[in-house]
Amino acid sequence: MYVAVKGGERAIDNAHAWLAEERRGDAAVAELDVAQIREQLSLAVNRVMAEGSLYDPDLAALAIKQARGDLIEAIFLIRAYRTTLPRFGASHPVGTSEMRCDRRISATFKDAPGGQVLGPTFDYTHRLLDFKLAAEGEVADAPEAPPQPGPTPHIMGYLNREGLIEDEVPNDATPPDLTREPMELPADRALRLQALTRGDEGFILSLAYSTQRGYARNHAFVGELRIGGVGVEMDIPELGFAIELGEITLTECETVNQFKGSKTEPPQFTRGYGLVFGQTERKAIAMALVDRALRWKELGEEDQGAPAQDEEFVLMHADNIQATGFLEHIKLPHYVDFQSELELVRKLRREAEGSARREAAE
Amino acid sequence: MTKTSERKAWMGLLARAPAGELNRLWSEAGLAPDYAHLRPPEVGGVMVRGRAGNTGAPFNLGEMTVTRCAVRLADGTVGHGYVQGRGKTHATQAALIDALMQGGEAETLRAAVLSPLQEAEDARRTTRAARAAATKVDFFTMMRGED
Repeated sequence: MYVAVKGGERAIDNAHAWLAEERRGDAAVAELDVAQIREQLSLAVNRVMAEGSLYDPDLAALAIKQARGDLIEAIFLIRAYRTTLPRFGASHPVGTSEMRCDRRISATFKDAPGGQVLGPTFDYTHRLLDFKLAAEGEVADAPEAPPQPGPTPHIMGYLNREGLIEDEVPNDATPPDLTREPMELPADRALRLQALTRGDEGFILSLAYSTQRGYARNHAFVGELRIGGVGVEMDIPELGFAIELGEITLTECETVNQFKGSKTEPPQFTRGYGLVFGQTERKAIAMALVDRALRWKELGEEDQGAPAQDEEFVLMHADNIQATGFLEHIKLPHYVDFQSELELVRKLRREAEGSARREAAE
Repeated sequence: MTKTSERKAWMGLLARAPAGELNRLWSEAGLAPDYAHLRPPEVGGVMVRGRAGNTGAPFNLGEMTVTRCAVRLADGTVGHGYVQGRGKTHATQAALIDALMQGGEAETLRAAVLSPLQEAEDARRTTRAARAAATKVDFFTMMRGED
């Protein structure tokens, strides 16, 4: 018998009221405003923009406030908002060669033209808690030096001159969009890159780490890592030309990987690529490693059966909103499902007891 | 510069400008043209694309918020605003300036709004570039212990 039940409205309303109060915390402590989150928790804001797949620092900061700092919940809010936006179009591919670099380093060439520019990095900090931050205080202005003129050249360009690295063949095909059509496998590299750039940082990081530990090792060097602002241009049909719509901060990582060569290709270096919204360096490096691992088929490499080589495994599990949606739904009422399971177990036990009694009697 | 490249330049500048700064300069310019909306301000998304390896095949990186708007002045001139973010006032002001820049107010507006915006943007960029330059590593060779 199926009995429909209703109820819980009052409990739900009261739970939400309490949630709002808990979100606010101790009223004696000053309330955070959205601009403070945007300015002072900017790396959290960057992560929410990257995985929420929507570049808007104010919205990401609002989502972090609403989600009480639960970044996956904040990403969920951004994804939900994103679906309400009409799509005006798609930009020209951003030109990272024109990036105004805040940071630009290479692990492969010490004397790369343009130099090793550290930018505002945690690298080389001692990872000791700084108790001065617990007290309010002014921050000294950062030192300045004469700016370098012109854009910083990509380091890969130098390797390519000698033909030591595979070519990225330019084309202008319209890339598939997993926000418009369900993901279909096998995926091409464009679809994989889209899934990776919006994938969960923790998941992509762990997969990348697994390749470093030997599960589909592809020995990556960070050829170049750059962070900075790039302009976004789009064709405007009513104008008949393209205009810049704004400027966004991106992190780009290009890896240089070993390649023994194949029947058609001489031994050379191959590439992995990471490009992520915001200052999101860990994610961009991890993305490049996983991108490279997933390219085994097109490079004619061996399938080692490693998780990072398994396109279906990687792409179907990288999205933390899909993952958390399915995971967390199991806590919602399943009373009827469970009732049927209960009936089944009782029946099986009755049968087992019955046959045991019959055996004992024989 | 050709007409189109000039227009591209001011539209890009208006799109990138901080909304508060544009609002202040526009108010100070004291222009209050009659206009009608051809397209009321509308918030939407633009899919930002990148290229694999920076030079290879395009892929979808994620969206950004953009607000657009179109206005027609009393003399029939049409202006378009496409700006980053969700600022409806920002988009309207950008469209009005785009329209006025095509007419007799161009020089006034360039002096009162566009030039100050450009200077502020150049200053912001120069400051960041100067801070980056100060973090450039100078390598030096340590004495080798061979002799």
